[in-house]
Amino acid sequence: MTCIVLDRVSKVYGREVEKALTLSQDGLATSEIRDQTGTVVALAETTLQVSAGEVFMIMGLSGSGKSTLLRLINGLIEPSGGYVSIDGTDINALPAAELRALRRDRLAMVFQGFGLLPHRTVADNVGFGLEVQGVSSDERHAAVSNWIASVGLDGFSSALPHELSGGMRQRVGLARALATGADILLMDEPFSALDPLIRREMQDLLVGLQKELGKTIVFVTHDLSEAVKLGSRIAILKDGQIIQVGTGAEIVGSPADDYVSAFTEDLRA
Amino acid sequence: MFPDSFTVSISKPINDFVDWLVVNYGDVFQLFSDSLLVVLVAIEGFFRDAPWWFVLLLIGLVAYGASRSLRLALGLVTLSFLMGVLGLWDEAMQTLALMLVATSIAVLIGLPFGVLLSRSDKTRLVGLPILDAMQTLPSFVYLIPALMLFGLGKVPAIIATVIYAVPPIIRLTDLGLREVNKEVLEAADAFGATPRQRLWKVELPLALPSIMAGINQATMMALSMVVIASMIGNRGLGQEVLLGINTLNVGRGAAAGLAIVAMAIVLDRTTQEYARRVQISRGET
Repeated sequence: MTCIVLDRVSKVYGREVEKALTLSQDGLATSEIRDQTGTVVALAETTLQVSAGEVFMIMGLSGSGKSTLLRLINGLIEPSGGYVSIDGTDINALPAAELRALRRDRLAMVFQGFGLLPHRTVADNVGFGLEVQGVSSDERHAAVSNWIASVGLDGFSSALPHELSGGMRQRVGLARALATGADILLMDEPFSALDPLIRREMQDLLVGLQKELGKTIVFVTHDLSEAVKLGSRIAILKDGQIIQVGTGAEIVGSPADDYVSAFTEDLRA
Repeated sequence: MFPDSFTVSISKPINDFVDWLVVNYGDVFQLFSDSLLVVLVAIEGFFRDAPWWFVLLLIGLVAYGASRSLRLALGLVTLSFLMGVLGLWDEAMQTLALMLVATSIAVLIGLPFGVLLSRSDKTRLVGLPILDAMQTLPSFVYLIPALMLFGLGKVPAIIATVIYAVPPIIRLTDLGLREVNKEVLEAADAFGATPRQRLWKVELPLALPSIMAGINQATMMALSMVVIASMIGNRGLGQEVLLGINTLNVGRGAAAGLAIVAMAIVLDRTTQEYARRVQISRGET
């Protein structure tokens, strides 16, 4: 079942939206378009479908538009053109309060820099989403302890974020996202800031949790091995355009162009 | 000479406006003045009637609560004790009451305006020059109309003190809110927080160290107004300084001056240590 649909979605910063998009369709690089028009194309007429329960990876170099794409899905960024829908609802047509409700109840997000509240304990960070939902503190408490345990942070409930290592902080970020009960997880390079060993640990944790939970996950990364390991499908993004979408095997086996094959070189070697 | 034909007199319209206020809204100002006075008198009464050791205990507890340092708390209690030794206990309690009331009002006014300023660059563009004016305008300029509207005594003293003390709270609230980590704000939005939830659960707590620095500055500025406040009839340490000057009694003025310094240190350390402890508990230093 299709869950998230992006239909010819563009995000352009600047005045000459039309001209910049045309140039982008003609295959000009983002930097050239910026020089010619003073306008930045973050994402150009992108069409995508993500099915419920799949782990969809978005891959690209920095500046390729992958973070923009992710933020278009929960409406943190409004598209300049096209529309984004979740279960058939055009989210950009929603009034502000309903969009907030959608984010609160159905979409959760995990950040590269963790985005934790420095003045709150682990438990209060994990419970943040529930607090926003208006769940009473008793109910929250039970749910929070469960999630703290599932991400392997038993015994750290009352620690403050700055007392934890990077990997542990991201466990808090993950627990916070899962605790809301949202069925869609948006993950913005969640493990990029972690060292390789911890990164693998976190990937395994996510794989394990996903087996039980079956969330719809959109996961941004610049690491192809991570994309292949976690993703059911991978989209490769370059200069705001999708170059190729496919399973890990398809991407590695038959890269669409030099850009993609440059990514896959390490894995084939 | 500047040509006369270019000059405009603003003194008459302002005089007319103040007269008009006094004539038409005198009752309103009187009512406001009276209710503020009730609060101040109650707080002042509390400190003056309470046994001296109880007040010292209170100061010690607040200082310890703010700093979690026994040494600092003891030091500040000793300083406060010295105000009594100088024979100025009663005056110090009056000044302390004025400080607490004026600073509380400054916080109540400063926080919302600080939030307002942080919300848009336009409000900030308008707001900052007004704050500059509030801090540079000689206080007598607004003391005189305050006297006309509120009468002689404690109330205009509070108002003058608040006008002088509120700008740093507004400035540092604005600054603190603008410096809140963008990713944490994005997280609040991504989890569907309403603007109100975001403000109370994320922005204000994160800006707290900066806001505390503003409150700290405000208490210092308020204290620097006590002598001027005494000129319009507010009793306390300021009046002692004034009397010392008027009678050329240098010693009397010096004693009161020392007591003011002691109180400044007590208020400064307490608010500053609290801000520092908040920052340390978040791993920010």
